[in-house]
Amino acid sequence: MKYTFETILLGVGAFLALLGAGFAQDRQFEAHMWVLFFVLLGGTIVMLRRLDFSPASAGKAAAPLSEYSDDVVKYGVIATVFWGVVGFLVGVVVALQLAFPDLNIEPWFNFGRMRPLHTSAVIFAFGGNALIATSFYIVQRTSRARLFGGNLAWFVFWGYQLFIVMAATGYLLGITQSKEYAEPEWYVDLWLTIVWVAYLAVFLGTLLVRKEPHIYVANWFYLAFIVTIAMLHIVNNLAVPVSFLGSKSYSAFAGVQDALTQWWYGHNAVGFFLTAGFLGMMYYFIPKQANRPVYSYRLSIIHFWSLIFMYIWAGPHHLHYTALPDWAQTLGMVFSIMLWMPSWGGMINGLMTLSGAWDKIRTDPIIRMMVMAVAFYGMATFEGPMMSIKTVNSLSHYTDWTIGHVHSGALGWNGLITFGAIYYLTPKLWNRERLYSVRMVNWHFWLATLGIVVYAAVMWVAGIQQGLMWREYDDQGFLVYSFAESVAAMLPYYVLRALGGALFLAGALLMAFNVTMTILGRVRDEAPIFGATPALKPAE
Amino acid sequence: METYTAMRQFADSWALLAMTLFFLGVVAFIFRPGAKKAAEDAAAIPLKED
Repeated sequence: MKYTFETILLGVGAFLALLGAGFAQDRQFEAHMWVLFFVLLGGTIVMLRRLDFSPASAGKAAAPLSEYSDDVVKYGVIATVFWGVVGFLVGVVVALQLAFPDLNIEPWFNFGRMRPLHTSAVIFAFGGNALIATSFYIVQRTSRARLFGGNLAWFVFWGYQLFIVMAATGYLLGITQSKEYAEPEWYVDLWLTIVWVAYLAVFLGTLLVRKEPHIYVANWFYLAFIVTIAMLHIVNNLAVPVSFLGSKSYSAFAGVQDALTQWWYGHNAVGFFLTAGFLGMMYYFIPKQANRPVYSYRLSIIHFWSLIFMYIWAGPHHLHYTALPDWAQTLGMVFSIMLWMPSWGGMINGLMTLSGAWDKIRTDPIIRMMVMAVAFYGMATFEGPMMSIKTVNSLSHYTDWTIGHVHSGALGWNGLITFGAIYYLTPKLWNRERLYSVRMVNWHFWLATLGIVVYAAVMWVAGIQQGLMWREYDDQGFLVYSFAESVAAMLPYYVLRALGGALFLAGALLMAFNVTMTILGRVRDEAPIFGATPALKPAE
Repeated sequence: METYTAMRQFADSWALLAMTLFFLGVVAFIFRPGAKKAAEDAAAIPLKED
């Protein structure tokens, strides 16, 4: 393969980054451009070493294209596992920083900079790579077509990794536009927009050249995710930079409009990134792993349309009791509560896919992982609408209950369904008979589940205690507790939270080992899971 | 009329009606005669190969 053009582009990019560092208007931008320069320079060197200077027509016939382009999916699986471990590790670190403030290392590694590193690493690096990889895998299988656009898929993969590196280093350098889950500054946002449009082109192009007449429902969810994230990302990041060679920008919106735009973005990042995209995974990998069609295809279509029509209105529930007009808060609450129905319809659809094959929960740890993921989807989508009710929110808002809710959704639903997908994909992609160890999957399942349960339960107690302490009045109308007292009371919960996170991280490390060994072609000599292979009966 | 007010009135009336009708149309389409067979065929797509 010749990558002359791509290599030249990388080299020019590295040079432009160097210029950016030289003419930077502020220190952060200068440091960030140095990071970009070294990353792109490294990329250029790697590409130069691969350049092939033989004439285009000489000898080598182009290698025949395999049916599907799976190499980019393989890279995506490895990136997912890698960023997952990084993101969970940073999560445990920030949990410990909250419990033991001495662990805040100024200025780069204090909590304020590490927290967005954690959230972006798990949502965008771990979740995003999982979504890109699985969407590329699924759209090819269910369309029976090769990925559209040739090397464009590689641009999407590497372009997305560059976005992750720039976002992550930016946070540690103190570059942020202070919008939750949208912290990267304008130039990183512009880059992500370019990558995302390429992603849309690859995905949509593959759908357009499909050989299967019907577009399978998983692809609907993925397409909704890609299109909506593009819209949310662009609108929420509308901003004017102070200088084209500086890291600071100002939002196009002000005051409560800015807040509403942010939470329209923020909640739909949950609804379309962490829900719709991962539901695409659910609707493909659960039927595949269980080897049964989805319980009700018609329910899945109603699930899709009602989710699309309702989620987009739920954002204002993040702004209860603020300057946002009361009608908008109520609107957000009402639509959040209505979301109960499609969410539970989808959960029932996922779980009932196993009807007639319930024994697989006992014998197949991967199925067990997926079922637990769907169960957590159901629990999180029950808890969320409940917390959006204004009277409940007046207790839960700003407390650790919210953190617990987010983690039961993110670790339980997104984490476990992704782990299930990775365990399904790895032997398939690398042509292995089975995983290195199925028993390790079982260990991963229990470590992860126990970790989530500890985490969520502790945060319920912590959050409700915080909420009650903050609102406690004495008989003369004075607040009983100072804020610092409610912080001090959190110590045991914060330590236990770190323990829950560490259990989850330990499971992910087991997965990283298991996946690596599977890729290397090893097979662990182990007894099969009890009941997985039916005992042979002697002939009569 | 002010742009905001005009857009707001449009959103409250015709846009809302159009979205509601579209959604009801989707639901009606899913339960049309013959949809069960088509849905079963579609559900089998992932299981057709490897």
